[in-house]
Amino acid sequence: MSAPLLEAKGLNLAFGAVRALDDVAIDIHPGEVVAIVGESGSGKSSLLRVLAGQMRPDAGTVLYRDPAGTAHPVHGMGEAALRRLMRTDWGFVHQNARDGLRMGVSAGGNVGERLMAIGARHYGGIREEATEWLKRVEIDPARIDHLPRTFSGGMQQRLQIARTLVTRPRLVFMDEPTGGLDVSVQARLLDLIRALVADLGIAVLLVTHDIAAARLLAHRILVMRRGQVVEHGLTDRVLDDPQHPYTQLLVASVLAA
Amino acid sequence: MSISESALWTEGLGKSFRLHLQGGLRIPVLADVDLAVKPGECVALSGPSGAGKSTLMRCLYGNYGAEQGRIWLRHQGAPVELTAADARATREIRRHTLGYVSQFLRVIPRVGALDIVAEPLIARGAAPDAARARARELLLRLNLPERLHHLPPATFSGGEQQRVNLARGFAPGYPLLLLDEPTASLDAANRAVVIGLIGEAKQAGAALIGIFHDVEVRDQVADRLFEVLPIQDAA
Repeated sequence: MSAPLLEAKGLNLAFGAVRALDDVAIDIHPGEVVAIVGESGSGKSSLLRVLAGQMRPDAGTVLYRDPAGTAHPVHGMGEAALRRLMRTDWGFVHQNARDGLRMGVSAGGNVGERLMAIGARHYGGIREEATEWLKRVEIDPARIDHLPRTFSGGMQQRLQIARTLVTRPRLVFMDEPTGGLDVSVQARLLDLIRALVADLGIAVLLVTHDIAAARLLAHRILVMRRGQVVEHGLTDRVLDDPQHPYTQLLVASVLAA
Repeated sequence: MSISESALWTEGLGKSFRLHLQGGLRIPVLADVDLAVKPGECVALSGPSGAGKSTLMRCLYGNYGAEQGRIWLRHQGAPVELTAADARATREIRRHTLGYVSQFLRVIPRVGALDIVAEPLIARGAAPDAARARARELLLRLNLPERLHHLPPATFSGGEQQRVNLARGFAPGYPLLLLDEPTASLDAANRAVVIGLIGEAKQAGAALIGIFHDVEVRDQVADRLFEVLPIQDAA
């Protein structure tokens, strides 16, 4: 079996007396969708930020394996290398689309900018690819020159996804990608993410408190509580036969639709 | 029967549920289940309602974690312990070896019936066109008219959804197939189609384990019964 893309061990992080991460280990393999679920304050967002190199743990290591198979310590590669990684092999989908988009740049520019960052120079080709991606995320290509601020919340989020996936990253971090959207908009977005991720075969690390979203998207689930991973495994096993009291509580708290 | 001939076998399989939200109440469901199924054989689970037949099926699929004992199956020519497989290995086993037709289709929003059926074929490496052709053929055989093939099954009747589910389960030709009430909401014509599909799967060397409340269907497809008894009676 293939070696993991990302491999983290012994992660510890404390904010004063609060243990945000308590000896957390996680790995993610190429093409795998892994969800980290838990309530607010469980440490799941801290874990995502530590794994993506945005926050340094008090202890522990995060290794990223590049396409050539060389492992790099995420917290030892330097900011420039990390930024380059974020532009090429990695992507980050923020909960708030405004954090992932450039609001003063057109929709097409938002998508095209990522392509130019990896070396695309041909204007016509970039615009064509941006058009293609707007269609893929179900945005009318006629709006290619409009600013994202004229878009609805759901459209902004879909644009952020197009901007992130256009460079075909190997690993995408997603932080509550459907948070703050209307329920009907959430369903469409989730389905879009599901189809694109399966199509492109990218690995996704998804942080969510939405159990239904995790069931739809994830192959594997980690359940976090008070900085610890209390349960992990195959998505349907964890959700249909939860072992830990906290997982049972989480699953029992979901309204069946 | 020697174990080496089996497609799937269990050793002392036991399962209980601990309900932490009910003060840690423990509900035992299965104990000491020793089941073995050969390629080309269909075994019907029998026993009263509530005896744990569906729980056993879910354990065999890895959907429920086994508590005691082991589950083994033959995966790509070698024996593999399902109860020791991690999430990624279990996905691999499900992709290539182990299929499961549940009682109800878990609908994926916005995905049409044809693509739902074709998906497991594509996941095992089939070309999308070939996968869709196979899906179409099975859906038609199960009397799902072509005009429905591109619609998401959310609005389908129970019987139509079950036929989509059956097509999805039978399409890849898994060497091991678990069937939980595959004919429960089907009419006589479609029951006959399912009986035919089960027969063909056996011919092709698949091992099948099923729960069939319909005794007529059961008698036509099952080579033998395996009795699952409520745990207080089993001792």
